[in-house]
Amino acid sequence: MGIIILMVIASVSLAAVFLALFLWGAKKGQFDEDESPAVRMLMDDKKVKDKIDT
Amino acid sequence: MADSCFHCGQKLENEDIFFDEKQFCCAGCKTVYEILNLNGLENFYAMNTDAGIRPDDKANRHFEFLDTSEIFDKIIDFSDDGTTLVTFHIPVIHCTSCVWLLESLHDIDGRINYSIVNFSKKEIQVSFNNDKIRLSEVAKLLTQLGYKPAISLDSLDGIKKSQNRTLLYKLVVAGFCFGNIMLLAFPEYTNDNEAWLETNKDFFRWGMFLLSLPVMFFSATDYFKSAWQGIKNRFINIDVPIAIGFWVLFLRSTYDIIFDLSPGYFDSVAGLAFFMLIGKWFQQQTYKSMAFDRDYKSFYPIAVIKIINGTEQPVMLSELKTGDRILIRNEEIIPADAVLMKGEAMIDNSFVTGESKLIRKNQGDKIFAGGKQSGQAIELELIRDVNQSYLTQLWNNEAFHKEESKLNKLTNSISRYFVIIILLIASVSGIFWYFYNSSEVLQVVTAILIITCPCALALSSPFILGNVMRIFGEKKFYIKSTATIESMAKIDEIVFDKTGTITENQNAEVVYSGETLTDEEKSAVKSILKNSNHPLSRILYDKIDSKEFLEVSGYEEVPGKGQQAVVNGMLYKIGSQEFVGENSGKELNKTRVYVSKNGIVKGKFEFSNRYRNGLKKMINRLAPYKISILSGDNDSERDNLAEIFPLGTTFNFGQSPENKLDYIRNLQQKQKTVLMLGDGLNDSGALKQSDVGIVVSDDINNFSPSCDAIIDAKNFGQLPRFLKFSKISIRLIWAAFGISFLYNIVGLFFAITGQLQPVVAAILMPISSISVVIFATFSTRITAGFIFRNLESV
Repeated sequence: MGIIILMVIASVSLAAVFLALFLWGAKKGQFDEDESPAVRMLMDDKKVKDKIDT
Repeated sequence: MADSCFHCGQKLENEDIFFDEKQFCCAGCKTVYEILNLNGLENFYAMNTDAGIRPDDKANRHFEFLDTSEIFDKIIDFSDDGTTLVTFHIPVIHCTSCVWLLESLHDIDGRINYSIVNFSKKEIQVSFNNDKIRLSEVAKLLTQLGYKPAISLDSLDGIKKSQNRTLLYKLVVAGFCFGNIMLLAFPEYTNDNEAWLETNKDFFRWGMFLLSLPVMFFSATDYFKSAWQGIKNRFINIDVPIAIGFWVLFLRSTYDIIFDLSPGYFDSVAGLAFFMLIGKWFQQQTYKSMAFDRDYKSFYPIAVIKIINGTEQPVMLSELKTGDRILIRNEEIIPADAVLMKGEAMIDNSFVTGESKLIRKNQGDKIFAGGKQSGQAIELELIRDVNQSYLTQLWNNEAFHKEESKLNKLTNSISRYFVIIILLIASVSGIFWYFYNSSEVLQVVTAILIITCPCALALSSPFILGNVMRIFGEKKFYIKSTATIESMAKIDEIVFDKTGTITENQNAEVVYSGETLTDEEKSAVKSILKNSNHPLSRILYDKIDSKEFLEVSGYEEVPGKGQQAVVNGMLYKIGSQEFVGENSGKELNKTRVYVSKNGIVKGKFEFSNRYRNGLKKMINRLAPYKISILSGDNDSERDNLAEIFPLGTTFNFGQSPENKLDYIRNLQQKQKTVLMLGDGLNDSGALKQSDVGIVVSDDINNFSPSCDAIIDAKNFGQLPRFLKFSKISIRLIWAAFGISFLYNIVGLFFAITGQLQPVVAAILMPISSISVVIFATFSTRITAGFIFRNLESV
C-alpha cells in the first residue's frame, strides 16, 4: 500500500510539469488569441501549392 | 451584366471601371485587384466573394509624420539592426480574406519580412527592414489595399499596455491545486479506521497543506486586496466575507491537522478559489476590439504639419504651441483654436456641434478646434495650446470625472446585510455552545464562517449579467460592463439626440424624377450648387455625376427657398416648389428640391425620409417611458417629430453640447434615471452624464465618444426589448441569490449543530457554485429566446 505514496508524488510532479509548460506557453502569448490561428490553419500554404501546380 | 464591383461588391454608382474583363467601382478597387494579380494572390477572391474593402479615396493618406524620429520611436514596438516591428490597429479587418491578404504582405512587397494578424483585436504586427522601406511606406501600402491603419494620439500611449495574463495564471494554478488536493483528500473521505491510513495520514494532510499555499498566497490575493481596500474605506463589499471565508478555512484546517482534529478543509479552499476565479475570468472576456473609453485623444491625429521658416515639417501635437503656424489639408482636423492666415477655409463642425453645414471662414477669422477642413490646404496660426482649446475643455467638464463605482451594485448592497447577519448567527451560536459544550465553540463558529462564504452569491451576478451581455452582443448591442445592465433596468426617462441618432447619417438617398437632364444641364446644376453651404446642396452636389464645371453668373441664394444663377445664357432655379414655380400639393416627411431651366420645371430631386427604419414602431413600444428629444438643429422638423413621437414628449432645439449636458443633469436632480442615445461629440458630455449613455452607430469601427454602450444602427429598433431584458435579468439575479441562500441554510444547519465535516463542506460548496452557474446560463438563454421571438427583420 505504501506504493500509493510514490504514485501520488509521481503524478503530482507530472501534473506540475504540465502546469509549468502551460504557464510558459501562456507567457509566450500562445493563448492570447484564439480566432486567427483557427482561420490561419485553413489557408493553403502558397509555396507548396505552387509546387504542386507546376 | 454584373452591376457590382468585383473587388468590394458595392453597387456601381458614379464610376464604372472596366479592367481585365471585370468591373470595379473605383480606381482604388481596381488598383488592389492589380496588386493582388501581379503578386499571385488571386486566391483572395476565391476565399470570400466581395471580400475586398474599397480604399477610401478621401481619407488622409499622409503618413510622413511617422518617419520623424520622435513619433517613430513611440509608435514602433521594436527596432534593431535594420529590423523593425510595428503594430497597427486596423478597424476594417472583418473576415478570413483580410487575414489572408494581410499576412501575405511579404509577397506584395519583399521588403516586408512578415506580418501577423490578431483578428480579435483587429491588429497587425508587421516586421520590415527599415533600411529598405520606411514606416510611412508600410502605412501607405496598407492604405492602398484598403486597410488604413488607425493612428491617433491614443496609439501613442495605448497599445503598449502589456497583456494582463495574471488572472489566467491564478486561475490555472488554482485549478491545478484544486484537482490535486481533491486527489489527496479522498483517502480520508472513503476509508475509516484503516490502519495504514492512520499511520500515513500526515503525508496526505501536509501534502494538501502545501498545495493550498499557492492558492492562498497567489491565486486568491486579489480578493484579499479588495476586501482590505473595502475595510480601509469603511465599505463592506462582497469580497470581505469571501476573504474571511478563505482565511478561516485555511487557518482552521491548519489548526486541525496540527492537532489531529480532522483532515482539514483544504479542498474547499482551493475549490472556492477556482470557482471564484472562473467567474472573474468569465467577466474579463469582453469585446477586445471595441473601445468604449474614447476621448479626444482617439479623435485627434498624432501630428500636424508645422510651417517653420517656410518649410513644412510634421510635428507632434504635444509640441504645438500658441503662435505656431500649421498647415491643415483636406479632411484634416484642426487641433486647437486658431486664426485663418491663408487659404479658403470651409469648415465642417459636425463632430462638435452636430451641424453638417460647411462654414466659410475668411482670413483673420477664428476657427475652433474639432472642425474639419473641406477643400484646399489652409494655413492657420494657433491662438491656444492644444489642451486649452474649446474641445478639450469640453472633455474636461466634470461629467467626465464622474465616479466609476457602479460595479456590482446589487451584490455589494446584499453583502453588507449578509456580513451582519452571519456575524449575528455566529455570535448567537457561539454563545449557545459556550454554555452547552464549550469545547465545541471554536469548531462551530469557524464552521459557520466557512459554510456561509458567499461563493455562489458572488457568482450569480457576474454569470447572469455576463450572459446577458453576450446575448446583447450577439444582437449587436455592445455594452461596456455589466453594471450598465443594472442601470438599464432602473431607467425612467429616455432622451434622444436627433441628428444621426433617430435620423440616418448624412448621406440620404436621393432620387430624381422628371425629365432626364442632359450632361450640360447636370454640369450647370452642379456648378450652381457649388456655391451653396446648405446641407441639401452639399448632398446633391456629391450625388450629381458630372466632371465639368461651367461658368456661373448672377448667383443668388434665397435662404429657405432656393438658389438661382445663369449658366450659358440660361436661367436655372434650384429650390423649393414655390420658388421654382410649381404647385402640386405638399407632402410631409419628404424633402424635395426642384430644378427649373428658363422657367420650365425639369424635375425634382427627392430626399427620402431620413428617419431610421422602424422608428415609429419602436417609439410605440417605449410607451411607459418619458421621452425627450434634444437637437442641435433649428425646430423646422418639429411637426415631423410630433407625428412620430407620442404626446408628452419634450422637444428642445438649438441645443449646444452644454445645453444637452445640463438638461440631463436637471432630470437627474429630479431623481430620474436617464438613458441617453446619441451619436457624436456634440452629445458626449450628455452621454457621460446620463446614467446610461448609448451611442447609435452605423459603423461600429468609427469613432464613438465615451459611452456605456454602442448599438448598431440596424438593430436600433430592438431597444425596447433590450430594456425589458435588463429588467428581467435583475429578477433572475434575485432568483439566483435565492438558490444560493438555500445552500447556505442547509450548510448552516450542519454548521450550527456542530456536524460540519470536511466532506460535507467539500460537497456543498462546489455544488452550490455549479448549480448557480447552470441556472444563470439556462435562465438567461431561455429568457432571451422568449423576449426576442418573432423578430421582424428590419
